[in-house]
Amino acid sequence: MSTTLVGVVAGLGVLAFTVELLRRRALREKYAVLWLVLALAGVLFTVFPALLFDLSSALGFQVPANLVFAIAALVLLIVGMQLSVEVGHLEDRSQRLAEEVALLHHDLERLLAERDAPQPHASQPHAPEPDDGDDRPTD
Amino acid sequence: MGRALIVVPAWNEAESLPSVLSELRDLVPDIDVLVVDDGSTDGTAEVVRRHGTADVASLPFNVGVGGAMRVGFLYAERNGYDAVVQVDADGQHDPADVRRLLAEVERGVDIVIGARFAGVGSYRVGGSRRLAMRFLAFSLSRIASTNLTDVTSGFRANSPRSVRLFARDYPPEYLGDTIESLVLASRAGLSIGQVPVELRERRAGRPSQSVAKSLVYLGRAVLVLWLAVLHARPSEVEQ
Repeated sequence: MSTTLVGVVAGLGVLAFTVELLRRRALREKYAVLWLVLALAGVLFTVFPALLFDLSSALGFQVPANLVFAIAALVLLIVGMQLSVEVGHLEDRSQRLAEEVALLHHDLERLLAERDAPQPHASQPHAPEPDDGDDRPTD
Repeated sequence: MGRALIVVPAWNEAESLPSVLSELRDLVPDIDVLVVDDGSTDGTAEVVRRHGTADVASLPFNVGVGGAMRVGFLYAERNGYDAVVQVDADGQHDPADVRRLLAEVERGVDIVIGARFAGVGSYRVGGSRRLAMRFLAFSLSRIASTNLTDVTSGFRANSPRSVRLFARDYPPEYLGDTIESLVLASRAGLSIGQVPVELRERRAGRPSQSVAKSLVYLGRAVLVLWLAVLHARPSEVEQ
């Protein structure tokens, strides 16, 4: 009975924690679904252990606990790989953003320099931008 | 071929940049220079601004040479430059060679590597490192079906076709700017060639060399090479 209690409490705990994270918008739905499903399955199996026993014998596991371990290992593996892929995407994006920031910063500086520069060449409609330098040979 | 742009990726090179920029101004005054400040903390960007002969684009954090070059290629494409020459910020590359590289691009080669160990100059590296570099040169020569002696050189000229490809897709990872980009380019049907150059003393800083480091380097290089060959990428460059 006490093991059932522990299982139910743990399952409900994960469930509540996931919902709370979702409520605080700290967790996105696409990641939350997995944890919700797992927590529910945990609660289900502890309340109705017969389900687990039937499933494990149907799948050919001699000890039901091994089925639980196997599933847990598999789930963690998949989650780990999925997160690696997501991190890769994020790196790609932050990389591109950094590049864009560098280029925008460059353009902004040029524009500010153009605006603040005294304008002796203002009469020329398409003067080459004053190339922020003084000792550049005039081309 | 139209306008060329010199891109200088620089990470904490405030010490060596002024002399490099002065040389570029003196020897190739007609070619614009963009220094890509790769998240430097030593005021590299400020040094370039004060020097006044080059534009500077500052990355918000350090992303490595590959990432810095991506900024250069994007900049070139968006500002109408046709060719891009990559020159190191530490003064190893002689600006006088820039024209020799570009002349080769003019002749129709898409990526021209300024190669050490090609008969010119006295550049030497330690035994294990040298072995690693030989191996890489051999493998990439096979892939690109041309004879390359130095594939990890950071002295390169890129044709308009290369610039178009690299503005869209340039590997930012470790060794991506050297090894992987060559695989990518030859897959896309670009031609690769080399021009022997003499390498000069570094203006500042010391190259790191030890057997253990060389082994790690080789391991990573082989992995990068292998992954680059495995990669499925869209690889057509529209004419």
